[in-house]
Amino acid sequence: MFEDLRDLYQEVIFDHNRNPRNFHVMDEADRKVEGFNPLCGDRLTLFLKMDGDTIVDASFQGSGCAISTASVSLMTDIVKGKTEAEAEDLFTQFHEMTTGKEEEINLEAIGKLAVLAGVREYPARVKCATLAWHTLDAALKNEQEAISTE
Amino acid sequence: MTDFPVEKIRADFPILQEKIRNKPLVYLDNAASCQKPQQVIDSIVHCYSHEYANVHRGVHTLSVRATDRYEGAREKVQHFINAQSTKEIIFVRGATEAINLIAQTFGKANINAGDEILITAMEHHSNIVPWQMLCEQTGAVLKVAPIDLQGELIYAEFEALLSEKTKLVSVVHMSNALGTVNPVEKIIAAAKAKNIPVLLDGAQAIPHMSVDVQALDCDFYVFSGHKLYAPSGIGVLYGKQALLEAMPPYQGGGDMIRKVTFEETEYNSLPYKFEAGTPNIADVIGLGAAIDYLTEIGMDNIAAYEAELLAYATASANKIQGLRIIGDNNHKGAILSFVLDKIHPHDIGTMLDSLGIAIRAGHHCAMPVMDFFEVPATARASFAMYNTKEEIDVLMAGIEDLIKIFG
Repeated sequence: MFEDLRDLYQEVIFDHNRNPRNFHVMDEADRKVEGFNPLCGDRLTLFLKMDGDTIVDASFQGSGCAISTASVSLMTDIVKGKTEAEAEDLFTQFHEMTTGKEEEINLEAIGKLAVLAGVREYPARVKCATLAWHTLDAALKNEQEAISTE
Repeated sequence: MTDFPVEKIRADFPILQEKIRNKPLVYLDNAASCQKPQQVIDSIVHCYSHEYANVHRGVHTLSVRATDRYEGAREKVQHFINAQSTKEIIFVRGATEAINLIAQTFGKANINAGDEILITAMEHHSNIVPWQMLCEQTGAVLKVAPIDLQGELIYAEFEALLSEKTKLVSVVHMSNALGTVNPVEKIIAAAKAKNIPVLLDGAQAIPHMSVDVQALDCDFYVFSGHKLYAPSGIGVLYGKQALLEAMPPYQGGGDMIRKVTFEETEYNSLPYKFEAGTPNIADVIGLGAAIDYLTEIGMDNIAAYEAELLAYATASANKIQGLRIIGDNNHKGAILSFVLDKIHPHDIGTMLDSLGIAIRAGHHCAMPVMDFFEVPATARASFAMYNTKEEIDVLMAGIEDLIKIFG
């Protein structure tokens, strides 16, 4: 059943979709940015708690497809403890992985995020995976405007 | 259902033989665009191979041939929707362009600051945005008649919104997001009683039922060819002759003029006044071929067959736990819009695609409808005369399987 989709919908993605991590409002957040994908209707609000240029906590609220939910869930886990520069570097690597610019995936750098590499075979779904990261990028640049994938 | 020649029809559509991801294509995205029968494809090939030249210009044989075929298609459209005259049939790019044309010509000439345009809450963006643009230009006000939780117009509220300020009623004949068919006879009668012109957006209705603009007594009726088994990039604006005569032209250029000097220009008569520039000749001829094809099958036969398909699909869908139909009422064309508990429509779309099933997942260019039902998007299976019960079984089995996978 759905064998062709195993690369896209890995078990980890189902797991994060069923039980998203860091899924709550953060009252004491320093940064709060909304992300929106008008094509799918995916909406998320990302919260960051900063200590200088280090992300000490990240959480989110919102609704989206399994790919976008898993992506933001994984992202909020992985960026905790990272500096802004480290997080931006991860965004670049993630973007290259999902848009297929890099044949080789740097597993060491990208870690668990590699489960989302399958979207590069599905151009219509790339934005689902990258919405979280574009929203993070806007938060790190301290942009208050809601960001949109379109 | 038994005597509808669905297998014969299917054989006319070459794309239905395609394999998608190694599986037979189950094409259920007809509300977005329909596939084309060989007869339509052949008519375009024939046009470019044997009868193509510019229309309304040359004295040479090919130009005469092309003009005859182009104007012949206009007659076919006239008869198809029972318009009084070919002067009332304007070729445009699609329903969207037709509505924009009406907004920027009829609208600008007749709708002023403080006047109202009345639409419904189930409109496609193409019957919202042109009016918002007009309102911005003129200071007119856009009024929206609400719908209920079954996805039907709340008629009493619609009627209550009709007033002396209402200068145009523009409603969708059949909703693309919900499938709901509006009570257009009642709507038109109520508007007529107050001398308010009515525009029907027939983009979704036209492939599913017979349309008689004189019986309806609507003032404008618009539709796109690509949803009527005809090529994309061609559509029709029907307007009552007196209204069209009184309207200023839309675009200026060749074909829409009678006489041009640098001092002044005399416009051409209907329908050419609204057809500036070289038209989409081959696709108009393709539209004519699609109408011939449909006329032979019979729109009433198509409507009856599709009603059975929809009833079967609705009954099957209702057996699936966790599936909710959006637009669950008894006045519908063959569209099944639905959501599943905890599974996003885009995941449904990708999963079904891997089984060869094409559905639409998204807001269907009707974001206000999504907001009303408090869903980010829906999955939509939309049926055409070439779909079968067996395909609906494949769809429902796919939905049940993906529910299992998501757990």
